[in-house]
Amino acid sequence: MDYNKIVKAILNSDRIAIAKAITQIEDETGAYREILDALYPKLGNAYRIGVTGPPGAGKSTLTKHLARLIRTQNLSVGIIAIDPTSPYTGGAVLGDRLRMGELTLDRGVYIRSMASRGSLGGLAATATQAADVLDAAGYDVVIYETVGVGQVELDIADAADTTMVMLVPEGGDIIQGLKAGLMEIGDIFILNKYDRPGAERMQKDLEYVLHLKEPAGGWESRVLPTIANRGEKIDAVWQEIVHHREFLQAQNLLQTRRRARLEKRLKVLIRTEIEHRFWTPSREKMLSDYLKKEQQNISPYLLASQMVEELMRDS
Amino acid sequence: MGKKIRVLVAKPGLDGHDRGAKVVASAMRDAGFEVIYAGLRQTPEMIVETAIQEDVDVIALSILSGAHMTIFPRVMQLMRENNIADKLLTGGGIIPEQDMQKLLQMGVGKLFGPGSSTQDAVAYIREWVAKKQET
Amino acid sequence: MFNGIDQLYERKQKWIQEKERKTKDRDAKFITTSGEPVELLGTPDLLSDFDFDQDLGFPGEYPYTRGVHYNMYRGRLWTMRQFAGFGTPEDSNRRYHYLLKRGQGGLSIAFDLPTLMGRDSDDPLSEGEVGICGVAVSSLADMETLLQGLPLDRVSTSMTINSPAAIILAFYIAVAEKQGVSLPTLRGTIQNDILKEYIAQKEYIFPPEESMRIIVDMIEFCTEHTPQWNTISISGYHIREAGATAAQELAFTLADGFAYVEAAQKRGLDIDQFAPRLSFFFNAHNDFFEEIAKYRAARRIWARHMREKYGAKNEKSWLLRFHTQTAGCSLTAQQPENNIVRVAYQAMAAVLGGTQSLHTNSMDETHALPSEKAATIALRTQQVLAYETGIPHAIDPLAGSYFVENLTNKMEAQAEEYFSRIADLGGVIPAIEKGFFQTEIAKAAYQYQKEIENKDRIIVGVNDFQEENEKIEIPLLEIKKAVEEQQIRRLADLRKKRDNHAVNEVLAELKQAAAGTQNIMPILVKAAKVYATLGEMVTILKNEFGEYTEPTEF
Repeated sequence: MDYNKIVKAILNSDRIAIAKAITQIEDETGAYREILDALYPKLGNAYRIGVTGPPGAGKSTLTKHLARLIRTQNLSVGIIAIDPTSPYTGGAVLGDRLRMGELTLDRGVYIRSMASRGSLGGLAATATQAADVLDAAGYDVVIYETVGVGQVELDIADAADTTMVMLVPEGGDIIQGLKAGLMEIGDIFILNKYDRPGAERMQKDLEYVLHLKEPAGGWESRVLPTIANRGEKIDAVWQEIVHHREFLQAQNLLQTRRRARLEKRLKVLIRTEIEHRFWTPSREKMLSDYLKKEQQNISPYLLASQMVEELMRDS
Repeated sequence: MGKKIRVLVAKPGLDGHDRGAKVVASAMRDAGFEVIYAGLRQTPEMIVETAIQEDVDVIALSILSGAHMTIFPRVMQLMRENNIADKLLTGGGIIPEQDMQKLLQMGVGKLFGPGSSTQDAVAYIREWVAKKQET
Repeated sequence: MFNGIDQLYERKQKWIQEKERKTKDRDAKFITTSGEPVELLGTPDLLSDFDFDQDLGFPGEYPYTRGVHYNMYRGRLWTMRQFAGFGTPEDSNRRYHYLLKRGQGGLSIAFDLPTLMGRDSDDPLSEGEVGICGVAVSSLADMETLLQGLPLDRVSTSMTINSPAAIILAFYIAVAEKQGVSLPTLRGTIQNDILKEYIAQKEYIFPPEESMRIIVDMIEFCTEHTPQWNTISISGYHIREAGATAAQELAFTLADGFAYVEAAQKRGLDIDQFAPRLSFFFNAHNDFFEEIAKYRAARRIWARHMREKYGAKNEKSWLLRFHTQTAGCSLTAQQPENNIVRVAYQAMAAVLGGTQSLHTNSMDETHALPSEKAATIALRTQQVLAYETGIPHAIDPLAGSYFVENLTNKMEAQAEEYFSRIADLGGVIPAIEKGFFQTEIAKAAYQYQKEIENKDRIIVGVNDFQEENEKIEIPLLEIKKAVEEQQIRRLADLRKKRDNHAVNEVLAELKQAAAGTQNIMPILVKAAKVYATLGEMVTILKNEFGEYTEPTEF
């Protein structure tokens, strides 16, 4: 398919075209840049929500219920479910669809499973680009659902308008154990499996910690209890999302945030592009020759600056 | 990072014995593939729709119940109707040699019966994808 | 127990050195079927802490390591209970009459997949699966046909069904009541082990907590009304078939057992009333000694926990009685005659392990329901074992073997470790929701497959000793469309002829009971009698309890 055809098909919500475009984005093949370029002016329709949190918190279940709720509002929803790639084999088992099977045949729902592919900070870029495709295809809401491993959650916060952090009550002082940064990125906190012991206590602890934190631009993050596997209290979550969106719009923060994300993304793109151009076969050889020597004749710092000097000279 | 082979592993019908499906999924993960594990109780319609959205290269079905002569042709038909007949349809389970031949004639790929090696399945998929990329 | 243990240990080390000096091992991995390293040599030092009374004892006495009866097979041989099932209620009924005439004292009912999943024969998802791997039972009418002319007060019936077990039991009870049979005379077992469904077989419908509620309702009901009925067959067989190791089979099965005990106790039921009716079902896999140690450890662990932890006072509560089936997953499609040999060794392990009843697989079961000839050989395997080998003449003859006692201890220790881990996760149900069991099993299954593909593990006929150009002939499974069509017609008829007003009324009652805390069994029996169908009752319960989906843990 030549890329113009794909672009046209995407704008027509053709699912095969959407799927192929996302694959090209992930693989960085085909005319993915041209496609993204062409789709860029059509973006802005989709509201993007991130769902993060530790494994077992119930993210897939919540996402499923949220999607169902969104559908009753006559809105369409895209879901990007991210799971980690094995660092040893480069492969992945993507199992989020297990919980969301019943949504498969609803044409107003599009689910794409994505592996992190060991990207270093680039995951947000790929997921964002996939979301862009869904946005251009006319989906009203895009939900990023990530597994809570490594930096992924923090990355995804960069890609979403509203970020939700899901937690579950466990024994012990969970707040201390929470990953650094998690408390900062959440616009909404969800305490799932609220029927478990320790839930009320944990809610109080969370609320206390959030109270201490500086509200970002005046938004106070709340802690919402849910029992996702029974579909309980999902409406409250949706209401809060809507509320957050209204807040962002009222404070003009939506645009500000999107611009900030754009800047970040641009920098990542530029960095990636530079790296791409930097590593020519001759420079790769320079590096491997350097490493092969028993004793390096110059320090790595010197080599690095010499190589960059050369790049600057050549361009 | 380059092209990844994406495989949909699913079990159609009511049967819940997923040991084989999970072992195969693990082997494929270890071979560097991305496995979309759709799990149990999948209908042919769900399988094909998932294959579309996930843009998989391969659909791999685990069938132990004897219903393979109904399921495989039905999935094949839906693949054609939805313009994804260029993807590989394969699988394994309790499938007699004669039926494997019949299904091959219908456009289904190689199938793997009891005692098959996961490495053979992985190699088969790699070869198939490589060949497809050449054309 | 043994004198001079320390010197013996020294001498053993010296012997090991000599052995390494003088001999070279062949190129193989000396591991059990579960991947555990096998102790080279049994010596007394392995049992330095062994206490005859605490750890071994006598048969029929606490801790029952040696067996649950005083005289074991001298008193009564294990029951040779071959599981069978097929087609229409009429077909199965005919078979049951035939077997009873031939002197078999017990019936065994296998249900088809739709019934196992709580779906009527005319449910769209049942298409192609009606009557294939068992009998289709969608209503009391089917159960009446199935049990037509069979005196329920005089036969013992085993029913292999889980998620909709309560409803099927209700059908059985309704038939009994219609026969005028008094409920306390009913004898039999219903598998009803939902926890292993989440863990292994995956024939679940409702979520775990709700399913436990149903099971406790059944235990409560049966303890009062059908005290001779075994309410759960706590199963390890399926867990092993899914790929678990022997230690996992042992630990997960017993953990499930304890979970049922705890749930029933929580309801306020008296352990000494319900525990005697809990029974077990284990697998008999290839590693001979590992399996024997597993069964012995199982008895000892159950007795210890029931008496010490759960405070059971009735010795019948301490007894772990079990049925065994030889491992289906060990059968090969290649050179199927070899399966006869595998089954024989596995059966021998089960008997040396003290099983109460045994099913031996047929050699062709990798492909299809067994042929008559293969099924006969399977039965003869048990008979040769019983009458020609002399094994049943002595009770627990392997006791005292340094090797076997050491292995039994090891298995118990491994099980206890698993119990700790499960407790740390919050118990069996939280562990299920976190995917703990499923992950352990999937890892073990994958490991086993890798060992086979690396030839660390040899499977005769499959990765070694193959027949060149072997043609594997699998007999074609005829899908008898007639069975499905007949069932669908019958259901349509039933739905027209019954009192639909009464049905709707009782279904509303069921809904209410399910939403509250009332025991649902009496209402299920009531619903059965007005010919509400299995699917209708399950739908009501699904709406109240929800449906379960697996965690994404792999």
